[in-house]
Amino acid sequence: MSTVSPEATPGSPETPSVERTYAAYSRPFWQRVVLSREFAVIALLVAAIVFSRSQVEYFDGPQTMYYLFRDSASVLLLALPMTAIIITGEIDLSVASIVGLTSVSFGMLHDDVGLSATIAALLAIGVGVVCGAFNGFLIAYVGLPSIAVTIGTLALFRGIGAGLLGTESRTDFPEGWTDWAKDRIVEGQPYPMVLIPFVVLAIAFALLIHFSSFGRGIFEIGQNDEAAHFTGVDVARTKAILFVLSGAVAGFVGIYLTLVSGVARAENATGLELSVIAAVLLGGVSIFGGRGALHGVLAGVLLIGVIQRAMLLNGQTINVINIVIGVLLVLSVMSTSLLAASRRVLAASRGARSSGGPSRSAGKRLLS
Amino acid sequence: MKIHNRRLAGLAAVALAASMALTACGSDSDGGEGASGDGGGTYTFIPKNLGNPYFDTSNAGGEKAIGEFGGEYEQVGPATGDDPAGQVTYINTATQQGRSALIVSANDPDALCDAIGEAMDADIPVVTYDADTNPDCRDIFVSQADAAGIAQAQVDLIADQIGDSGEIAFLSAAANATNQNEWIDLMTAEFEANHPDITVVDTVYGDDDDQKSFDATAALLQTHPDLAGIISPTTVGIAAAARYLSTSDAKGEVKLTGLGTPNQMREYVEDGTVDAFALWNPADLGYLAAYTANALATGEIEGEGDSFTAGDLGDYTVGADNVVLLGDPFVFDADNIGDFDF
Repeated sequence: MSTVSPEATPGSPETPSVERTYAAYSRPFWQRVVLSREFAVIALLVAAIVFSRSQVEYFDGPQTMYYLFRDSASVLLLALPMTAIIITGEIDLSVASIVGLTSVSFGMLHDDVGLSATIAALLAIGVGVVCGAFNGFLIAYVGLPSIAVTIGTLALFRGIGAGLLGTESRTDFPEGWTDWAKDRIVEGQPYPMVLIPFVVLAIAFALLIHFSSFGRGIFEIGQNDEAAHFTGVDVARTKAILFVLSGAVAGFVGIYLTLVSGVARAENATGLELSVIAAVLLGGVSIFGGRGALHGVLAGVLLIGVIQRAMLLNGQTINVINIVIGVLLVLSVMSTSLLAASRRVLAASRGARSSGGPSRSAGKRLLS
Repeated sequence: MKIHNRRLAGLAAVALAASMALTACGSDSDGGEGASGDGGGTYTFIPKNLGNPYFDTSNAGGEKAIGEFGGEYEQVGPATGDDPAGQVTYINTATQQGRSALIVSANDPDALCDAIGEAMDADIPVVTYDADTNPDCRDIFVSQADAAGIAQAQVDLIADQIGDSGEIAFLSAAANATNQNEWIDLMTAEFEANHPDITVVDTVYGDDDDQKSFDATAALLQTHPDLAGIISPTTVGIAAAARYLSTSDAKGEVKLTGLGTPNQMREYVEDGTVDAFALWNPADLGYLAAYTANALATGEIEGEGDSFTAGDLGDYTVGADNVVLLGDPFVFDADNIGDFDF
């Protein structure tokens, strides 16, 4: 956190209520927006769309964007809580398994138990919440590492789903519900209905992560959870809440995927957690925590979606597509390390030229 | 200033990544566009997964057929055989591209139905082969074999191999395996009706597990010293039984047949443990599926009761539930097993 307001540092001996003599930011607003990694991903997304529309046959067809949104919706939704979790420096590998388990729960509660679709859906989201709370309890309150816990629950939740339904599937859902999953908001426009709950959730998560004190806590935990604890952030509670949110969103995605494919089966969304994490990292969130923004992540998800769809329409096999996306991801992660290395080299050469410079200026600032 | 440079460098790095991704994408487009054509008849095969020798064989048959009637062949599919969502993506893509027909081996009977429905709404005929969806989802299913034909072929093989008399036993998959039980019932009835000197003395189960099937074969030979033959209507079972027989005294004495794949059975056919076994010919299956798709695309057939000619394979009629049956199972023996790789 580059900006720490005076109120946020209680206990320091000289709590001066004087004006700061240095700028709040080192660069003007437009530079901070445009010269950011998030903006680079957005620019890349626009470039990919423009390129595909002009160069890829059928890409400008009426179905392309509709399928793009429909296929990316699960990843878009799951990326919202995943962004917050990764910013805290944790990870949730079990989201796709929760999707599978809630899909099974929804199908069985509706078809076997005979509950109405509404109650079955609510209970299925409840299952997701319980799964997320289980993760959150072990990580936040028992203090286990999230990568170990969620690798375990990745197998556990998928295993429960497979145990409940075996190799069978459930397909009897109300027509209105399955149609809703495939309907467009406005007929003739490429926006499927699922974008409505997505936009609502995206705004909610944007407010939560970027415009609330809870959100500032998320970033602080990612920078240094002990420091966050001492500045008054309830680290355990924050982490637990994020994992519960992740479970709840995964529950919703489980229902959506069930409806859009018309099938509840234990294998639904197998491997989806990797797509979600890949998109989050591509979108500029640091895997070490403390840095990232939601708009970059959403652009990252769509960028992967556009590249996939353009290459599919071009007749590429999924293996070639995965190679391209893998290379893109590795380059984007590498760019951070390369930059850090080049910054160290720069700083070292500058430090050699004017050693002691920063401390002198700091002293001047104190005196003034 | 330092930070400023860093951000600029970051932008440059991402732009580099972008240009690499886009050039990868762009250079591919030159190769891809020729294949998509202008509705001139591209037939898209979507197997359960790519890189599967069985589907490589069947789709090579399809490609041959498509070459004969002058269309273009295309094969796309997911990397693993349990990925219906991956198949949905390819079906959607083919729908957008306006392909002439889709030929699909379904990874799930239900999960593909919506995507197939969207393709059919766009007037693209959809043929399933090898693995069907629910019958009301697709236009026509090209079936590799029916239960009666599979049972008959195995009865004929064993009767021929043991001289139409003696004790035989079944080595099946699981005790509640629907397919296997249906075939065993049909075979038992056929033995009683037309082969009075052959008696079925036992049915054992290997659960489609290699080691269990191996042990079950050993036990079978001990309990029935006069056993003349074993029928194993499952590919795992017949391979395990052949492995046991090939190293036992009973090699060549106790005949073994059933349903197997050439790659699994090759060494046992070559060393004389097994004379012949049955399965369908995947190349013929793909060939017939392509001709069926073509007949649908040209409007030659619409559904049940219509007939068409499938190149070298001859005439076929669409049966009940819109199923086209490939025909009797194919018998693999020492003379022809070298021709197959799946």
